[in-house]
Amino acid sequence: MAYGRKDYGGFTGRNFPFFMVFPAVFIVIVLVVLPMVYSFYLSLTNLHLLHPSRVRFVGFGNYLKLLKDSVFWRSLLNTVIFTGVAINVEFLLGLFIAQLIFKTTRGQGIVRTLIMSPMMFAPVLVGFQFKWFFNDQVGLVNNLLYLLTGRYNPIPWLINYPLNLLAILVAEIWMSTPFMAIILLAGLTSLPVEPFEAAAVDGASGWQQFYYITLPMIRPFIYIAMAIRSLDLGRAYDLVRIMTGGGPANRSEMVWTYTFRLAIADNKFGLGTAMSFVTVAISLFFVAYFFRQLAKSQGSVY
Amino acid sequence: MAESSRKQRRISPTRRRLRQELWNIATYIVIFVFFLPTLWIILTSMRPEVEVNARPPVLLPRALVFDSFAYLFKVGHAEKTIPFYEYFYNSLVISAASTVLALTVGTLAGYAFARFHFQGSNLVFVGMMLARAIPGIAISLPFFILFARLGLLDKITGLVVAYAAMNTPFTTWLMQGFFKDVPKELDEAAQIDGCSRWQSFIRIDLPLALPGLAASGIFAFLSAWGEFQIASVLTRTPASKTFPVGLYDFTQQFTVDWRGMCAMSVVMLVPAVIFVLLTQRQLIRGLTFGAFK
Repeated sequence: MAYGRKDYGGFTGRNFPFFMVFPAVFIVIVLVVLPMVYSFYLSLTNLHLLHPSRVRFVGFGNYLKLLKDSVFWRSLLNTVIFTGVAINVEFLLGLFIAQLIFKTTRGQGIVRTLIMSPMMFAPVLVGFQFKWFFNDQVGLVNNLLYLLTGRYNPIPWLINYPLNLLAILVAEIWMSTPFMAIILLAGLTSLPVEPFEAAAVDGASGWQQFYYITLPMIRPFIYIAMAIRSLDLGRAYDLVRIMTGGGPANRSEMVWTYTFRLAIADNKFGLGTAMSFVTVAISLFFVAYFFRQLAKSQGSVY
Repeated sequence: MAESSRKQRRISPTRRRLRQELWNIATYIVIFVFFLPTLWIILTSMRPEVEVNARPPVLLPRALVFDSFAYLFKVGHAEKTIPFYEYFYNSLVISAASTVLALTVGTLAGYAFARFHFQGSNLVFVGMMLARAIPGIAISLPFFILFARLGLLDKITGLVVAYAAMNTPFTTWLMQGFFKDVPKELDEAAQIDGCSRWQSFIRIDLPLALPGLAASGIFAFLSAWGEFQIASVLTRTPASKTFPVGLYDFTQQFTVDWRGMCAMSVVMLVPAVIFVLLTQRQLIRGLTFGAFK
Protein backbone atom coordinates (compact mmCIF):
# COMPACT_ATOMS: atom_id res chain seq x y z
CA MET A 1 0.00 0.00 0.00
CA ALA A 2 1.91 2.95 -1.28
CA TYR A 3 0.60 5.60 1.05
CA GLY A 4 2.66 8.77 1.12
CA ARG A 5 2.87 8.81 4.88
CA LYS A 6 5.09 7.37 7.49
CA ASP A 7 3.73 4.51 9.56
CA TYR A 8 3.69 5.24 13.25
CA GLY A 9 2.50 1.87 14.49
CA GLY A 10 -0.42 1.65 16.88
CA PHE A 11 -3.95 2.54 15.96
CA THR A 12 -3.30 4.95 13.10
CA GLY A 13 -0.23 3.36 11.59
CA ARG A 14 0.89 -0.05 10.48
CA ASN A 15 -1.58 -1.85 12.66
CA PHE A 16 -4.53 0.18 11.43
CA PRO A 17 -6.07 -2.59 9.30
CA PHE A 18 -5.65 -5.00 12.18
CA PHE A 19 -7.62 -2.76 14.52
CA MET A 20 -10.30 -2.28 11.90
CA VAL A 21 -10.76 -5.99 11.32
CA PHE A 22 -10.43 -7.01 14.95
CA PRO A 23 -14.02 -6.40 16.19
CA ALA A 24 -15.57 -8.36 13.33
CA VAL A 25 -13.13 -11.23 13.68
CA PHE A 26 -13.58 -11.19 17.45
CA ILE A 27 -17.37 -11.46 17.13
CA VAL A 28 -17.14 -14.27 14.60
CA ILE A 29 -14.60 -16.23 16.64
CA VAL A 30 -16.36 -15.83 19.98
CA LEU A 31 -19.91 -16.23 18.69
CA VAL A 32 -19.50 -18.64 15.79
CA VAL A 33 -16.19 -20.51 15.84
CA LEU A 34 -15.98 -21.27 19.56
CA PRO A 35 -19.64 -22.30 19.87
CA MET A 36 -19.19 -24.58 16.86
CA VAL A 37 -16.11 -26.17 18.44
CA TYR A 38 -18.10 -26.66 21.64
CA SER A 39 -20.93 -28.04 19.58
CA PHE A 40 -18.58 -30.54 18.00
CA TYR A 41 -17.50 -31.66 21.45
CA LEU A 42 -21.16 -32.10 22.42
CA SER A 43 -21.72 -34.20 19.32
CA LEU A 44 -19.22 -36.67 20.78
CA THR A 45 -21.27 -37.06 23.96
CA ASN A 46 -24.63 -38.61 24.71
CA LEU A 47 -26.03 -35.40 26.25
CA HIS A 48 -29.76 -35.71 26.84
CA LEU A 49 -31.53 -32.51 27.88
CA LEU A 50 -33.70 -34.28 30.43
CA HIS A 51 -30.75 -36.08 32.04
CA PRO A 52 -27.87 -33.60 31.74
CA SER A 53 -25.97 -35.19 34.62
CA ARG A 54 -25.64 -38.54 32.85
CA VAL A 55 -23.53 -37.06 30.09
CA ARG A 56 -20.81 -39.40 28.86
CA PHE A 57 -18.18 -39.23 26.12
CA VAL A 58 -19.15 -41.60 23.32
CA GLY A 59 -16.65 -40.72 20.58
CA PHE A 60 -18.13 -40.97 17.13
CA GLY A 61 -21.00 -43.12 18.40
CA ASN A 62 -23.62 -40.51 17.46
CA TYR A 63 -22.37 -40.33 13.90
CA LEU A 64 -22.43 -44.12 13.59
CA LYS A 65 -25.94 -44.13 15.03
CA LEU A 66 -27.02 -41.68 12.33
CA LEU A 67 -25.56 -43.90 9.61
CA LYS A 68 -27.80 -46.73 10.81
CA ASP A 69 -30.87 -44.49 11.07
CA SER A 70 -33.32 -44.81 8.17
CA VAL A 71 -34.89 -41.41 8.91
CA PHE A 72 -31.45 -39.85 8.58
CA TRP A 73 -31.02 -41.33 5.11
CA ARG A 74 -34.48 -40.25 4.10
CA SER A 75 -33.86 -36.69 5.30
CA LEU A 76 -30.57 -36.65 3.41
CA LEU A 77 -32.20 -37.94 0.24
CA ASN A 78 -35.02 -35.39 0.52
CA THR A 79 -32.50 -32.62 1.07
CA VAL A 80 -30.37 -33.56 -1.92
CA ILE A 81 -33.39 -33.86 -4.23
CA PHE A 82 -34.92 -30.67 -2.89
CA THR A 83 -31.72 -28.60 -3.09
CA GLY A 84 -30.69 -29.92 -6.48
CA VAL A 85 -34.07 -29.32 -8.08
CA ALA A 86 -34.57 -25.95 -6.36
CA ILE A 87 -31.23 -24.44 -7.38
CA ASN A 88 -31.50 -25.57 -10.99
CA VAL A 89 -35.10 -24.55 -11.48
CA GLU A 90 -34.49 -21.20 -9.78
CA PHE A 91 -31.56 -20.54 -12.05
CA LEU A 92 -33.33 -21.47 -15.30
CA LEU A 93 -36.53 -19.68 -14.34
CA GLY A 94 -34.56 -16.68 -13.08
CA LEU A 95 -32.63 -16.46 -16.34
CA PHE A 96 -35.85 -16.75 -18.31
CA ILE A 97 -37.53 -13.98 -16.31
CA ALA A 98 -34.44 -11.76 -16.47
CA GLN A 99 -34.34 -12.07 -20.25
CA LEU A 100 -38.09 -11.44 -20.48
CA ILE A 101 -37.86 -8.26 -18.42
CA PHE A 102 -34.69 -7.11 -20.15
CA LYS A 103 -36.32 -7.15 -23.58
CA THR A 104 -39.59 -5.65 -22.39
CA THR A 105 -40.07 -2.19 -23.84
CA ARG A 106 -43.00 -0.88 -21.84
CA GLY A 107 -43.52 -0.75 -18.09
CA GLN A 108 -40.13 -2.22 -17.23
CA GLY A 109 -39.89 -0.24 -14.00
CA ILE A 110 -43.14 -1.53 -12.54
CA VAL A 111 -42.39 -5.06 -13.72
CA ARG A 112 -39.01 -4.96 -11.97
CA THR A 113 -40.65 -3.83 -8.74
CA LEU A 114 -43.42 -6.41 -8.87
CA ILE A 115 -41.04 -9.32 -9.45
CA MET A 116 -39.21 -8.32 -6.27
CA SER A 117 -42.29 -8.80 -4.11
CA PRO A 118 -41.38 -12.34 -2.97
CA MET A 119 -38.03 -11.03 -1.73
CA MET A 120 -39.86 -8.94 0.82
CA PHE A 121 -41.45 -11.97 2.44
CA ALA A 122 -39.60 -13.57 5.31
CA PRO A 123 -39.29 -17.35 4.79
CA VAL A 124 -41.75 -17.94 7.65
CA LEU A 125 -44.32 -15.86 5.83
CA VAL A 126 -43.75 -17.81 2.63
CA GLY A 127 -44.16 -21.03 4.59
CA PHE A 128 -47.40 -19.90 6.17
CA GLN A 129 -48.74 -18.59 2.90
CA PHE A 130 -48.10 -21.79 0.96
CA LYS A 131 -49.30 -23.93 3.84
CA TRP A 132 -52.57 -22.13 3.39
CA PHE A 133 -52.58 -22.31 -0.42
CA PHE A 134 -51.91 -26.05 -0.32
CA ASN A 135 -54.30 -26.78 2.55
CA ASP A 136 -56.51 -29.70 1.52
CA GLN A 137 -59.72 -28.29 3.06
CA VAL A 138 -59.63 -24.57 2.41
CA GLY A 139 -56.57 -24.04 0.23
CA LEU A 140 -56.49 -21.90 -2.87
CA VAL A 141 -54.88 -24.59 -5.01
CA ASN A 142 -57.69 -27.09 -4.46
CA ASN A 143 -60.28 -24.35 -4.87
CA LEU A 144 -58.72 -23.33 -8.16
CA LEU A 145 -58.70 -26.96 -9.31
CA TYR A 146 -62.42 -27.04 -8.50
CA LEU A 147 -62.91 -23.90 -10.58
CA LEU A 148 -61.07 -25.47 -13.51
CA THR A 149 -62.47 -29.01 -13.40
CA GLY A 150 -65.92 -28.40 -11.89
CA ARG A 151 -65.46 -31.38 -9.56
CA TYR A 152 -64.35 -31.23 -5.99
CA ASN A 153 -61.97 -33.94 -4.93
CA PRO A 154 -59.48 -32.28 -2.58
CA ILE A 155 -55.87 -33.36 -3.03
CA PRO A 156 -54.01 -33.74 0.30
CA TRP A 157 -50.97 -31.80 -0.91
CA LEU A 158 -49.16 -31.53 2.40
CA ILE A 159 -49.91 -35.07 3.56
CA ASN A 160 -49.02 -37.41 0.66
CA TYR A 161 -45.31 -37.97 0.26
CA PRO A 162 -43.98 -36.77 -3.04
CA LEU A 163 -46.72 -34.12 -3.15
CA ASN A 164 -45.62 -32.42 0.07
CA LEU A 165 -42.05 -32.21 -1.20
CA LEU A 166 -43.43 -30.69 -4.39
CA ALA A 167 -45.49 -28.14 -2.42
CA ILE A 168 -42.42 -27.12 -0.42
CA LEU A 169 -40.44 -26.87 -3.66
CA VAL A 170 -43.04 -24.56 -5.17
CA ALA A 171 -42.80 -22.31 -2.11
CA GLU A 172 -39.00 -22.33 -2.24
CA ILE A 173 -38.89 -21.58 -5.96
CA TRP A 174 -41.39 -18.77 -5.60
CA MET A 175 -39.35 -17.30 -2.77
CA SER A 176 -35.87 -17.48 -4.35
CA THR A 177 -36.33 -17.14 -8.11
CA PRO A 178 -36.84 -13.34 -8.06
CA PHE A 179 -33.47 -12.90 -6.40
CA MET A 180 -31.80 -14.88 -9.19
CA ALA A 181 -33.75 -12.92 -11.79
CA ILE A 182 -32.76 -9.55 -10.31
CA ILE A 183 -29.05 -10.40 -10.13
CA LEU A 184 -29.07 -11.81 -13.67
CA LEU A 185 -31.00 -8.79 -14.90
CA ALA A 186 -28.29 -6.57 -13.40
CA GLY A 187 -25.83 -8.68 -15.39
CA LEU A 188 -27.78 -8.32 -18.63
CA THR A 189 -28.04 -4.56 -18.17
CA SER A 190 -24.29 -4.26 -17.68
CA LEU A 191 -23.41 -5.99 -20.96
CA PRO A 192 -21.99 -3.85 -23.80
CA VAL A 193 -24.23 -3.56 -26.88
CA GLU A 194 -21.51 -3.80 -29.55
CA PRO A 195 -21.19 -7.61 -29.67
CA PHE A 196 -24.96 -7.89 -30.15
CA GLU A 197 -25.00 -5.33 -32.95
CA ALA A 198 -22.12 -7.07 -34.68
CA ALA A 199 -23.88 -10.42 -34.34
CA ALA A 200 -27.11 -8.97 -35.73
CA VAL A 201 -25.23 -7.62 -38.74
CA ASP A 202 -23.82 -11.08 -39.29
CA GLY A 203 -27.35 -12.46 -39.22
CA ALA A 204 -27.26 -14.29 -35.88
CA SER A 205 -30.71 -15.23 -34.61
CA GLY A 206 -31.97 -14.20 -31.21
CA TRP A 207 -31.29 -17.68 -29.85
CA GLN A 208 -27.77 -17.70 -31.22
CA GLN A 209 -27.05 -14.31 -29.70
CA PHE A 210 -28.38 -15.50 -26.36
CA TYR A 211 -26.42 -18.73 -26.38
CA TYR A 212 -23.10 -17.51 -27.79
CA ILE A 213 -22.92 -13.97 -26.40
CA THR A 214 -25.28 -13.40 -23.48
CA LEU A 215 -24.69 -16.63 -21.63
CA PRO A 216 -20.86 -16.55 -21.59
CA MET A 217 -20.81 -12.85 -20.72
CA ILE A 218 -23.11 -13.00 -17.72
CA ARG A 219 -21.37 -16.05 -16.27
CA PRO A 220 -19.92 -14.11 -13.30
CA PHE A 221 -23.40 -12.96 -12.39
CA ILE A 222 -24.69 -16.52 -12.55
CA TYR A 223 -22.08 -17.60 -10.03
CA ILE A 224 -22.69 -14.58 -7.80
CA ALA A 225 -26.37 -15.43 -7.68
CA MET A 226 -25.61 -19.12 -7.04
CA ALA A 227 -22.99 -18.33 -4.40
CA ILE A 228 -25.28 -16.03 -2.43
CA ARG A 229 -28.12 -18.50 -2.81
CA SER A 230 -25.91 -21.30 -1.48
CA LEU A 231 -25.32 -19.31 1.71
CA ASP A 232 -29.00 -19.58 2.47
CA LEU A 233 -29.72 -23.26 1.80
CA GLY A 234 -30.75 -23.69 5.43
CA ARG A 235 -33.66 -21.30 4.94
CA ALA A 236 -35.62 -24.30 3.69
CA TYR A 237 -35.93 -25.23 7.38
CA ASP A 238 -38.45 -22.43 7.86
CA LEU A 239 -40.60 -23.66 4.99
CA VAL A 240 -40.54 -27.32 5.96
CA ARG A 241 -41.10 -26.66 9.63
CA ILE A 242 -44.18 -24.56 8.97
CA MET A 243 -45.67 -26.42 6.01
CA THR A 244 -45.34 -30.03 7.13
CA GLY A 245 -43.17 -30.06 10.25
CA GLY A 246 -41.18 -32.80 8.50
CA GLY A 247 -44.14 -35.13 8.68
CA PRO A 248 -46.27 -37.04 8.35
CA ALA A 249 -44.10 -39.78 9.87
CA ASN A 250 -40.83 -38.05 8.86
CA ARG A 251 -41.64 -38.38 5.19
CA SER A 252 -40.90 -34.76 4.27
CA GLU A 253 -38.06 -34.52 6.79
CA MET A 254 -34.92 -32.67 5.70
CA VAL A 255 -31.56 -32.51 7.43
CA TRP A 256 -32.41 -29.15 9.03
CA THR A 257 -35.75 -30.18 10.50
CA TYR A 258 -34.34 -33.53 11.59
CA THR A 259 -31.62 -31.67 13.51
CA PHE A 260 -34.29 -29.71 15.36
CA ARG A 261 -36.36 -32.82 16.00
CA LEU A 262 -33.47 -34.77 17.49
CA ALA A 263 -31.85 -32.00 19.53
CA ILE A 264 -34.80 -29.96 20.78
CA ALA A 265 -38.06 -31.88 20.31
CA ASP A 266 -36.63 -35.27 21.35
CA ASN A 267 -34.06 -33.76 23.77
CA LYS A 268 -31.28 -35.98 22.34
CA PHE A 269 -28.87 -33.08 22.23
CA GLY A 270 -25.68 -35.01 21.53
CA LEU A 271 -27.23 -36.83 18.59
CA GLY A 272 -28.81 -33.58 17.38
CA THR A 273 -25.50 -31.73 17.33
CA ALA A 274 -23.98 -34.60 15.35
CA MET A 275 -26.85 -34.17 12.89
CA SER A 276 -26.23 -30.43 12.77
CA PHE A 277 -22.74 -31.07 11.41
CA VAL A 278 -24.30 -32.91 8.51
CA THR A 279 -26.18 -29.69 7.66
CA VAL A 280 -22.93 -27.73 8.00
CA ALA A 281 -21.14 -30.14 5.67
CA ILE A 282 -23.85 -29.84 3.03
CA SER A 283 -23.81 -26.04 3.19
CA LEU A 284 -20.03 -25.79 3.07
CA PHE A 285 -19.92 -28.14 0.10
CA PHE A 286 -22.27 -25.96 -1.95
CA VAL A 287 -20.68 -22.70 -0.80
CA ALA A 288 -17.16 -23.90 -1.57
CA TYR A 289 -18.24 -25.11 -4.98
CA PHE A 290 -20.02 -21.93 -6.09
CA PHE A 291 -17.49 -19.53 -4.61
CA ARG A 292 -14.70 -21.38 -6.40
CA GLN A 293 -16.61 -21.12 -9.66
CA LEU A 294 -17.14 -17.43 -8.94
CA ALA A 295 -13.46 -16.89 -8.25
CA LYS A 296 -12.52 -18.78 -11.41
CA SER A 297 -14.91 -16.74 -13.52
CA GLN A 298 -13.30 -13.58 -12.17
CA GLY A 299 -9.81 -14.92 -12.65
CA SER A 300 -8.74 -14.45 -9.04
CA VAL A 301 -9.50 -15.58 -5.51
CA TYR A 302 -10.59 -12.24 -4.04
CA MET B 1 -32.35 -1.56 -24.68
CA ALA B 2 -30.31 -2.86 -27.57
CA GLU B 3 -32.69 -2.87 -30.50
CA SER B 4 -30.40 -5.27 -32.26
CA SER B 5 -33.05 -6.91 -34.41
CA ARG B 6 -33.32 -3.62 -36.28
CA LYS B 7 -30.77 -4.74 -38.80
CA GLN B 8 -32.50 -7.94 -39.76
CA ARG B 9 -33.90 -7.26 -43.19
CA ARG B 10 -36.34 -10.10 -43.64
CA ILE B 11 -38.75 -9.04 -40.91
CA SER B 12 -41.10 -6.19 -41.71
CA PRO B 13 -41.52 -3.34 -39.17
CA THR B 14 -45.13 -4.26 -38.43
CA ARG B 15 -44.22 -7.85 -37.68
CA ARG B 16 -41.39 -6.72 -35.48
CA ARG B 17 -43.75 -4.43 -33.55
CA LEU B 18 -46.21 -7.26 -33.14
CA ARG B 19 -43.45 -9.53 -31.87
CA GLN B 20 -42.36 -6.93 -29.33
CA GLU B 21 -45.94 -6.51 -28.12
CA LEU B 22 -46.32 -10.26 -27.71
CA TRP B 23 -43.04 -10.30 -25.80
CA ASN B 24 -44.28 -7.55 -23.48
CA ILE B 25 -47.53 -9.40 -22.86
CA ALA B 26 -45.63 -12.61 -22.08
CA THR B 27 -43.62 -10.68 -19.49
CA TYR B 28 -46.76 -9.25 -17.91
CA ILE B 29 -48.33 -12.69 -17.65
CA VAL B 30 -45.28 -14.27 -16.01
CA ILE B 31 -44.91 -11.37 -13.60
CA PHE B 32 -48.58 -11.54 -12.72
CA VAL B 33 -48.32 -15.24 -11.90
CA PHE B 34 -45.37 -14.47 -9.62
CA PHE B 35 -47.15 -11.54 -8.04
CA LEU B 36 -50.42 -13.40 -7.50
CA PRO B 37 -49.51 -14.96 -4.11
CA THR B 38 -48.50 -11.53 -2.78
CA LEU B 39 -51.66 -9.97 -4.13
CA TRP B 40 -53.72 -12.75 -2.61
CA ILE B 41 -52.32 -12.22 0.88
CA ILE B 42 -52.89 -8.47 0.69
CA LEU B 43 -56.42 -8.81 -0.69
CA THR B 44 -57.36 -11.50 1.80
CA SER B 45 -56.32 -9.39 4.76
CA MET B 46 -59.01 -6.90 3.72
CA ARG B 47 -61.83 -9.04 2.37
CA PRO B 48 -65.10 -10.01 4.07
CA GLU B 49 -64.83 -13.20 6.13
CA VAL B 50 -67.07 -15.25 3.79
CA GLU B 51 -64.76 -14.73 0.82
CA VAL B 52 -61.58 -15.85 2.56
CA ASN B 53 -61.75 -19.54 1.71
CA ALA B 54 -64.57 -19.38 -0.84
CA ARG B 55 -64.85 -22.18 -3.35
CA PRO B 56 -64.53 -21.23 -6.18
CA PRO B 57 -62.12 -18.47 -5.10
CA VAL B 58 -63.10 -14.81 -5.38
CA LEU B 59 -60.33 -12.67 -6.85
CA LEU B 60 -61.47 -9.12 -6.17
CA PRO B 61 -63.16 -8.50 -2.81
CA ARG B 62 -66.69 -7.15 -3.03
CA ALA B 63 -66.00 -4.90 -0.07
CA LEU B 64 -62.93 -3.86 1.86
CA VAL B 65 -63.08 -4.51 5.59
CA PHE B 66 -60.34 -3.91 8.10
CA ASP B 67 -61.66 -6.05 10.96
CA SER B 68 -58.60 -8.24 11.08
CA PHE B 69 -56.26 -5.27 11.44
CA ALA B 70 -58.50 -3.78 14.09
CA TYR B 71 -58.39 -7.11 15.87
CA LEU B 72 -54.58 -7.19 15.78
CA PHE B 73 -54.43 -3.70 17.21
CA LYS B 74 -57.23 -4.60 19.64
CA VAL B 75 -59.67 -1.90 18.57
CA GLY B 76 -62.94 -2.74 20.29
CA HIS B 77 -61.61 -6.00 21.74
CA ALA B 78 -61.01 -6.19 25.44
CA GLU B 79 -59.85 -9.77 25.21
CA LYS B 80 -56.22 -10.20 24.22
CA THR B 81 -55.44 -13.39 22.35
CA ILE B 82 -52.34 -12.51 20.37
CA PRO B 83 -49.46 -10.82 22.21
CA PHE B 84 -49.01 -8.87 19.03
CA TYR B 85 -47.42 -5.79 20.58
CA GLU B 86 -44.87 -7.85 22.49
CA TYR B 87 -43.80 -9.73 19.37
CA PHE B 88 -43.66 -6.54 17.36
CA TYR B 89 -41.66 -4.76 20.02
CA ASN B 90 -39.24 -7.67 20.49
CA SER B 91 -38.66 -8.01 16.76
CA LEU B 92 -38.08 -4.29 16.36
CA VAL B 93 -35.63 -3.97 19.26
CA ILE B 94 -33.72 -7.13 18.41
CA SER B 95 -33.45 -6.32 14.70
CA ALA B 96 -32.40 -2.72 15.31
CA ALA B 97 -29.82 -3.46 18.01
CA SER B 98 -28.23 -6.36 16.16
CA THR B 99 -28.11 -4.31 12.95
CA VAL B 100 -26.27 -1.45 14.64
CA LEU B 101 -23.74 -3.91 16.02
CA ALA B 102 -23.23 -5.87 12.81
CA LEU B 103 -23.07 -2.73 10.71
CA THR B 104 -20.49 -1.02 12.90
CA VAL B 105 -18.03 -3.89 13.01
CA GLY B 106 -18.82 -4.87 9.41
CA THR B 107 -18.06 -1.36 8.16
CA LEU B 108 -14.71 -1.22 9.93
CA ALA B 109 -13.70 -4.65 8.70
CA GLY B 110 -15.07 -4.08 5.21
CA TYR B 111 -12.98 -0.94 4.88
CA ALA B 112 -9.83 -2.77 5.95
CA PHE B 113 -10.47 -5.63 3.51
CA ALA B 114 -11.14 -3.19 0.67
CA ARG B 115 -8.07 -1.03 1.25
CA PHE B 116 -5.33 -3.24 2.65
CA HIS B 117 -3.86 -6.58 1.83
CA PHE B 118 -2.32 -7.62 5.08
CA GLN B 119 -0.97 -10.98 6.01
CA GLY B 120 -3.72 -13.57 6.00
CA SER B 121 -6.40 -11.09 4.91
CA ASN B 122 -7.74 -13.39 2.21
CA LEU B 123 -7.86 -16.27 4.63
CA VAL B 124 -9.73 -14.24 7.26
CA PHE B 125 -12.15 -12.96 4.66
CA VAL B 126 -12.95 -16.40 3.29
CA GLY B 127 -13.19 -17.73 6.84
CA MET B 128 -15.82 -15.14 7.66
CA MET B 129 -17.84 -16.06 4.62
CA LEU B 130 -17.70 -19.71 5.61
CA ALA B 131 -18.97 -18.74 9.06
CA ARG B 132 -21.92 -17.12 7.33
CA ALA B 133 -22.68 -20.40 5.57
CA ILE B 134 -23.39 -22.31 8.78
CA PRO B 135 -27.13 -22.99 8.86
CA GLY B 136 -29.01 -21.14 11.61
CA ILE B 137 -30.27 -24.37 13.09
CA ALA B 138 -26.70 -25.67 13.53
CA ILE B 139 -25.44 -22.54 15.30
CA SER B 140 -28.56 -22.33 17.44
CA LEU B 141 -27.71 -25.57 19.26
CA PRO B 142 -24.48 -24.45 21.00
CA PHE B 143 -26.20 -21.11 21.67
CA PHE B 144 -28.98 -23.00 23.39
CA ILE B 145 -26.63 -24.70 25.83
CA LEU B 146 -24.34 -21.70 26.37
CA PHE B 147 -27.19 -19.25 26.81
CA ALA B 148 -28.91 -21.61 29.24
CA ARG B 149 -25.78 -21.42 31.41
CA LEU B 150 -25.35 -17.67 31.00
CA GLY B 151 -29.03 -16.99 31.70
CA LEU B 152 -29.52 -15.53 28.22
CA LEU B 153 -32.12 -18.05 27.11
CA ASP B 154 -35.45 -16.42 26.28
CA LYS B 155 -33.84 -12.98 26.62
CA ILE B 156 -33.76 -10.19 24.08
CA THR B 157 -30.01 -9.75 24.66
CA GLY B 158 -29.35 -13.34 23.64
CA LEU B 159 -30.98 -12.89 20.26
CA VAL B 160 -29.26 -9.53 19.69
CA VAL B 161 -25.89 -11.18 20.21
CA ALA B 162 -26.79 -14.16 18.02
CA TYR B 163 -28.07 -12.01 15.15
CA ALA B 164 -25.10 -9.66 15.31
CA ALA B 165 -22.84 -12.67 14.84
CA MET B 166 -25.03 -13.98 12.04
CA ASN B 167 -24.99 -10.69 10.13
CA THR B 168 -21.42 -9.52 10.65
CA PRO B 169 -19.86 -11.56 7.81
CA PHE B 170 -22.43 -10.35 5.33
CA THR B 171 -22.22 -6.66 6.23
CA THR B 172 -18.43 -7.02 6.00
CA TRP B 173 -18.72 -8.49 2.54
CA LEU B 174 -21.15 -5.86 1.27
CA MET B 175 -19.22 -2.97 2.78
CA GLN B 176 -15.88 -4.04 1.34
CA GLY B 177 -17.59 -4.00 -2.06
CA PHE B 178 -18.87 -0.48 -1.54
CA PHE B 179 -15.54 0.78 -0.22
CA LYS B 180 -13.74 -0.65 -3.24
CA ASP B 181 -16.03 1.59 -5.25
CA VAL B 182 -14.58 4.71 -3.58
CA PRO B 183 -11.41 5.74 -5.43
CA LYS B 184 -8.29 5.10 -3.40
CA GLU B 185 -6.79 8.34 -4.69
CA LEU B 186 -9.21 10.36 -2.55
CA ASP B 187 -7.85 8.63 0.51
CA GLU B 188 -4.29 9.23 -0.50
CA ALA B 189 -4.95 12.90 -1.26
CA ALA B 190 -6.57 13.36 2.15
CA GLN B 191 -3.62 11.76 3.86
CA ILE B 192 -1.11 13.90 1.98
CA ASP B 193 -3.12 16.89 3.19
CA GLY B 194 -2.53 15.74 6.72
CA CYS B 195 -5.44 13.50 7.62
CA SER B 196 -4.67 10.39 9.61
CA ARG B 197 -5.95 7.09 8.23
CA TRP B 198 -8.79 7.13 10.69
CA GLN B 199 -9.73 10.70 9.76
CA SER B 200 -9.69 9.97 6.06
CA PHE B 201 -11.87 6.94 6.71
CA ILE B 202 -14.39 8.96 8.71
CA ARG B 203 -14.39 12.11 6.59
CA ILE B 204 -13.82 10.81 3.07
CA ASP B 205 -14.74 7.17 2.66
CA LEU B 206 -17.63 6.81 5.05
CA PRO B 207 -19.73 9.66 3.59
CA LEU B 208 -19.10 8.39 0.07
CA ALA B 209 -20.12 4.87 1.02
CA LEU B 210 -23.29 6.06 2.77
CA PRO B 211 -25.72 4.54 0.22
CA GLY B 212 -23.90 1.25 0.66
CA LEU B 213 -24.11 1.61 4.41
CA ALA B 214 -27.86 2.09 4.14
CA ALA B 215 -28.26 -0.94 1.89
CA SER B 216 -26.14 -3.18 4.13
CA GLY B 217 -27.98 -1.98 7.21
CA ILE B 218 -31.32 -2.72 5.65
CA PHE B 219 -30.15 -6.12 4.54
CA ALA B 220 -29.00 -6.93 8.06
CA PHE B 221 -32.22 -5.56 9.52
CA LEU B 222 -34.40 -7.64 7.24
CA SER B 223 -32.44 -10.84 7.88
CA ALA B 224 -32.92 -10.34 11.60
CA TRP B 225 -36.54 -9.25 11.15
CA GLY B 226 -37.48 -12.49 9.39
CA GLU B 227 -35.11 -14.88 11.18
CA PHE B 228 -36.82 -17.99 12.48
CA GLN B 229 -34.39 -20.87 13.01
CA ILE B 230 -32.34 -19.40 15.86
CA ALA B 231 -35.34 -17.68 17.41
CA SER B 232 -37.37 -20.89 17.36
CA VAL B 233 -34.73 -22.57 19.53
CA LEU B 234 -33.76 -19.68 21.81
CA THR B 235 -37.14 -18.15 22.67
CA ARG B 236 -39.81 -19.57 24.91
CA THR B 237 -42.24 -16.86 26.03
CA PRO B 238 -43.62 -13.51 24.83
CA ALA B 239 -40.74 -11.93 26.78
CA SER B 240 -38.44 -12.59 23.83
CA LYS B 241 -40.51 -14.28 21.12
CA THR B 242 -40.21 -12.51 17.80
CA PHE B 243 -42.78 -11.96 15.12
CA PRO B 244 -41.79 -15.02 13.03
CA VAL B 245 -42.03 -17.32 16.05
CA GLY B 246 -45.39 -15.81 16.94
CA LEU B 247 -46.55 -16.36 13.40
CA TYR B 248 -45.39 -19.97 13.54
CA ASP B 249 -47.31 -20.59 16.77
CA PHE B 250 -50.50 -19.46 15.14
CA THR B 251 -50.11 -21.60 12.05
CA GLN B 252 -49.94 -24.63 14.34
CA GLN B 253 -53.33 -24.02 15.95
CA PHE B 254 -56.15 -26.38 15.13
CA THR B 255 -58.40 -23.76 13.61
CA VAL B 256 -56.33 -21.08 12.00
CA ASP B 257 -57.72 -17.59 11.51
CA TRP B 258 -56.37 -17.31 7.98
CA ARG B 259 -57.50 -13.77 7.43
CA GLY B 260 -55.95 -12.67 10.71
CA MET B 261 -52.73 -14.38 9.65
CA CYS B 262 -52.81 -12.47 6.37
CA ALA B 263 -53.22 -9.23 8.26
CA MET B 264 -50.25 -10.16 10.43
CA SER B 265 -48.24 -10.94 7.29
CA VAL B 266 -49.09 -7.58 5.78
CA VAL B 267 -47.96 -5.81 8.95
CA MET B 268 -44.72 -7.77 8.85
CA LEU B 269 -44.25 -6.93 5.18
CA VAL B 270 -44.50 -3.18 5.63
CA PRO B 271 -40.93 -2.42 6.76
CA ALA B 272 -39.52 -4.80 4.15
CA VAL B 273 -41.48 -3.19 1.33
CA ILE B 274 -40.42 0.33 2.32
CA PHE B 275 -36.78 -0.62 2.70
CA VAL B 276 -36.48 -2.70 -0.44
CA LEU B 277 -38.13 -0.02 -2.56
CA LEU B 278 -35.86 2.65 -1.16
CA THR B 279 -32.61 0.80 -1.58
CA GLN B 280 -33.03 -1.78 -4.35
CA ARG B 281 -30.47 -0.01 -6.53
CA GLN B 282 -27.69 0.01 -3.91
CA LEU B 283 -28.53 -3.51 -2.85
CA ILE B 284 -28.16 -4.94 -6.33
CA ARG B 285 -24.98 -2.99 -6.90
CA GLY B 286 -23.56 -4.17 -3.60
CA LEU B 287 -24.38 -7.80 -4.28
CA THR B 288 -22.98 -7.84 -7.80
CA PHE B 289 -20.03 -5.56 -7.26
CA GLY B 290 -17.45 -8.32 -7.43
CA ALA B 291 -18.31 -8.83 -11.11
CA PHE B 292 -16.89 -5.52 -12.27
CA LYS B 293 -13.29 -5.87 -11.25
